[in-house]
Amino acid sequence: MAILVYAEHDNAHLKSETSKMINAAGQMGGDIHVLVAGENCQAIAEDAAKIAGVQKVIVADAAAYKDQLAENIADLVLEVGEGYSHILAAATTTGKNFMPRVAALLDVAQISDIIAVESGDTFVRPIYAGNAIATVQSEDNVKVITVRASAFDASAEQDAAPVEASGSVIESAKSEFVSQELTESERPELTAADVIISGGRGMQNGDNFALLNGIADKLGAAIGASRAAVDAGFVPNDMQVGQTGKIVAPQLYIAVGISGAIQHLAGMKDSKVIVAINKDEEAPIFQVADYGLVGDLFEVLPELESSL
Amino acid sequence: MKVLVPVKRVIDYNVKVRVNAENTAVDLTNTKMSINPFCEIAVEEAVRLKEKGTATEVVVVSIGDKSCQEQIRTALALGADRGIQIDTDVNLDSLQVAKLLAKVVEEEEPGLVILGKQSIDSDNNQTGQMLAALCGLPQGTFASEVAIEGDAVSVTREVDGGLQTVKLALPAIVTTDLRLNEPRYASLPNIMKAKRKPLAVKSAADFGVALESKVKVLKVTPPAERQGGIKVADVAELVDKLKTEAKVI
Ligand SMILES: Cc1cc2nc3c(=O)[nH]c(=O)nc-3n(C[C@H](O)[C@H](O)[C@H](O)COP(=O)(O)OP(=O)(O)OC[C@H]3O[C@@H](n4cnc5c(N)ncnc54)[C@H](O)[C@@H]3O)c2cc1C
Repeated sequence: MAILVYAEHDNAHLKSETSKMINAAGQMGGDIHVLVAGENCQAIAEDAAKIAGVQKVIVADAAAYKDQLAENIADLVLEVGEGYSHILAAATTTGKNFMPRVAALLDVAQISDIIAVESGDTFVRPIYAGNAIATVQSEDNVKVITVRASAFDASAEQDAAPVEASGSVIESAKSEFVSQELTESERPELTAADVIISGGRGMQNGDNFALLNGIADKLGAAIGASRAAVDAGFVPNDMQVGQTGKIVAPQLYIAVGISGAIQHLAGMKDSKVIVAINKDEEAPIFQVADYGLVGDLFEVLPELESSL
Repeated sequence: MKVLVPVKRVIDYNVKVRVNAENTAVDLTNTKMSINPFCEIAVEEAVRLKEKGTATEVVVVSIGDKSCQEQIRTALALGADRGIQIDTDVNLDSLQVAKLLAKVVEEEEPGLVILGKQSIDSDNNQTGQMLAALCGLPQGTFASEVAIEGDAVSVTREVDGGLQTVKLALPAIVTTDLRLNEPRYASLPNIMKAKRKPLAVKSAADFGVALESKVKVLKVTPPAERQGGIKVADVAELVDKLKTEAKVI
């Protein structure tokens, strides 16, 4: 039995999801190998080799893998993944994109978004926006799994395991990268941040999100948003927290002007401490908040910034 | 160009979910059911392509027992031309659904298939990608913009870091994200008209696809409840609690 973990990275840095997936893989039992696919990603492979539990890193370095196109990556994973009992990827937009292709081509089910490992074939995953938790057992000969990284701790470090190259280059003629618009930010990423402050429709417009900046600076926080704030064009889509956005579990989550719809709660209710700031004392967000402050955010935010 | 839109009947997104007493499933007795919101966005997109003259026909397909005809009619009322119900009372996994849909793709030969990125019940986010793989087609998932350009489609995708645009040779598979469009409301005349649109019923058993899943659900439980917290009087108390009680700042 051996487990292949598909490394999450952005061609510059290995992402924390990788180390957390390796922790999950360790609970399934078996040797753990990591596949790093990208362009100029040798340094990333060397970082992956230092995650405790990793026996080997395979690196597929080619222009065809730079943009993580599902058609190319799925075929690469099928080729490299032959003979493995488990194939894991993070439940990010990269993993969610290519992994079901891998599962379908192997003629097996995919177990999406696992939050706990009971054994090598039994896993726990949320359904219905986290309003129910299913324990499922797979009898497939290969388990294809995406992992909700926020549910697992990072692994420790080790002396580097060997890194070997895969010469394989797979390039589909049917799909082509055109462009990307990535949000540049000095702040920590939502899925890696210890503190998150999120704004909702109550922020009223995009400019008012600046009220969160000073607080985020002082707390080293990432800034998130509800769907309503994204739909209204206040902030970009990559800031959406929720059932169908990013799932986060920071030490501290501060929800500002967010009502607390189940779809939003699904993305943040596993945070250690939740603070809600809302002028409506009946807002459902208060039912999950450890500390609720009823008040007008336009008064509360400046005061909060100056008292930190 | 023909556009195929698979749609799923799911619990309405406003309904509070309850796990049944046996801890085997979510209790769906007497709950309001609706078309999955992402599927509705898919229907809307297809109908807009038809209104622009890019698509010639919009075909919706749903897999399930007779009750899913209600969601097919909803899609027809939004402007789809005809429906197909693949009848089964087996609770299928995404892989089996994708295999059945692959047969429909083979039969119908659509130029584009638009699906929701995930259904809000099982939250799997798999079917579109699986269908693409089984048909050997390219995919543009989590789409916030779709533009047909000759024999290709340009798809802007919502990804974790922002937006990515890919160009796919047609035929292709697209899955929708929330911001692709805002679905219209069906007008009463269109709801009436939808009742007369063709709806073919086929038996899942006739497709020659093995429907049993290798994944067993051992149990379904409610999530751990969060302990209710307290209300603080002002910012000073909040900061103090975060520092001395919760110790998170
Ligand atoms: C298929 C589907 C998927 C979805 N996925 C997601 C998702 O991933 N993430 C997500 O967030 N939502 C999601 N939603 C949407 C969700 O149902 C809610 O509509 C959304 O979360 C509401 O956002 P909000 O709380 O910002 O807005 P509202 O519900 O409008 O709440 C605004 C809040 O701001 C408060 N407020 C207003 N002014 C002030 C002020 N001056 N001071 C203090 N408080 C103020 C109000 O009291 C109110 O509670 C999804 C919905 C569907 C159907």
